[in-house]
Amino acid sequence: MMRRFLLIATPYAWLLALFLVPFAIVLKISLSDVALARPPYVPQFSWEEGIGAFLSQLDLENFVFLTQDDLYWKAYLSSLRIAVMSTVLTLLVGYPVAYAMARAPQEWRPTLMMLVILPFWTSFLIRVYAWMGILSNEGYLNQFLLGIGAISEPLTILNTQVAVYIGIVYTYLPFMILPIYSALDRLDGSLIEAAEDLGCSRAQAFWLVTIPLSRPGIIAGCFLVFIPVLGEFVIPSLLGGSGTLMIGKVLWEEFFNNRDWPVASAVAVILLLILIVPIILFQRNQQKQAEAEQ
Amino acid sequence: MMRLSWFNTVSLTLGFAFLYIPMIILVIYSFNDSQLVTVWAGFSTRWYGELLQNEAFLNAAWVTLKVAVFSSTIATVLGTMAAYVLVRGGRFMGRTLFSGMIYAPLVMPEVITGLSLLLLFIGIGLDRGVLTIVLAHTTFSMCYVSVVVSSRLITFDKSLEEAALDLGCSQAEAFRLVTLPIIAPAVISGWLLAFTLSLDDLVIASFTAGPSATTLPIKIFSAVRLGVSPEINALSTLMIAIVTVGVITASLVSKRAMVRQQRDEQEAARAQ
Repeated sequence: MMRRFLLIATPYAWLLALFLVPFAIVLKISLSDVALARPPYVPQFSWEEGIGAFLSQLDLENFVFLTQDDLYWKAYLSSLRIAVMSTVLTLLVGYPVAYAMARAPQEWRPTLMMLVILPFWTSFLIRVYAWMGILSNEGYLNQFLLGIGAISEPLTILNTQVAVYIGIVYTYLPFMILPIYSALDRLDGSLIEAAEDLGCSRAQAFWLVTIPLSRPGIIAGCFLVFIPVLGEFVIPSLLGGSGTLMIGKVLWEEFFNNRDWPVASAVAVILLLILIVPIILFQRNQQKQAEAEQ
Repeated sequence: MMRLSWFNTVSLTLGFAFLYIPMIILVIYSFNDSQLVTVWAGFSTRWYGELLQNEAFLNAAWVTLKVAVFSSTIATVLGTMAAYVLVRGGRFMGRTLFSGMIYAPLVMPEVITGLSLLLLFIGIGLDRGVLTIVLAHTTFSMCYVSVVVSSRLITFDKSLEEAALDLGCSQAEAFRLVTLPIIAPAVISGWLLAFTLSLDDLVIASFTAGPSATTLPIKIFSAVRLGVSPEINALSTLMIAIVTVGVITASLVSKRAMVRQQRDEQEAARAQ
């Protein structure tokens, strides 16, 4: 009995202390005022004044500020747009690859799997960095296109949103391919044959059988891309230039450059509120899949 | 199995070209003699030499390695416990919250995790340094470990554990003698995953690192912000090489373990 308690309590307590409690602190600081102190916000909780006095000093000022300065809601909207668009793009690129992998001869599949996983193990930062050399004005892509005479002047891609999309699709592609592949891999081939026997064309069989049966994989892949991309910081700051507004970058700058912790916390709270629904949906999807396997 | 149609061949070729060409270019140009990164001026390994002279990078690499070893080891223990609780723990109070806390960090934007942990550390007056990065990395990577291990726990035959219990093992013995050897490959790959996640992390480390401890990604990021540099190309190539060798070795080892396990099972079946 004691052993079971310890087994459950140890990871539970760790996650409570280092995952849940920190969110409560972010929430509290988002309701505080900025101050020239260390740490740079008030009120500080003190036992002498009691919890009532402490709570009465909290207010929604920072959230009001976020609605007044249009930088913030523009950043949220632009992040949402970039996240939706890049999820769709990643799906369009990833699905055919996952499909082809599931159709490849059995003996190739472990190697193909490894080839998809390998970039995922390689540093994210380095994979984003690789595109800086390719996309810059004097970069390899422009050199190549000028060399074959496709263009006469270098294209400006780096520091635009196009570069951000390329970076996101590139770095998040394995997250899309793997769940879709595992859904397609389990798919019983005879179902497609049955559909074709019953008069479906190959395209119809694909739309009516393959796509619906791979849906859990598609859903998992889309969430695995959409949710982290919404708060993405590295890609917009290395590839997006000053013209790309994303909320992760705004939060970073608010914290590290302006040192306005309460506003940075308010930005994080709103981002979290936007993400709660997709995170819960993602979890439901994962749990349903896990139960289906059991 | 039928042969690949032309459409599937094209998707595979283009897909993998897209995944690999950027890294291949990076590797090739790390051997470029020129200071100008995009102009080829002949083969040379001078940037590797300069890299090895760079104290700041070497120090950061050492800190990164220390953090990765500690955090991935603690994360593997905690993550394996969490996976066992999730799959075999049955019902207990707060189970939904627990599984929520396991899955949420997998997708949580890093800026939020980083910010919240930093505010916690400051709130309790913990000085930022190696310790705080280790705590932060352990927290998110234990969730990855737990997902990897629980997917193995789900697929393995529970009756093996029950047989051990019937034959007089205690719960702990059954775990040590039956469960652990079976899930060992998943535990090892969980450790490797936690290790590389820790090596890679920029955002959470930036929030939780203090002036006393700078990790390699933080160093790389501040160098890369100024533009592409041949030294970073060389460093990237080294990191890609280490990961490639690691992943290939790990997959060969786990393939051999799987073959051996299958053979054992077949022999056991024949002996019956």
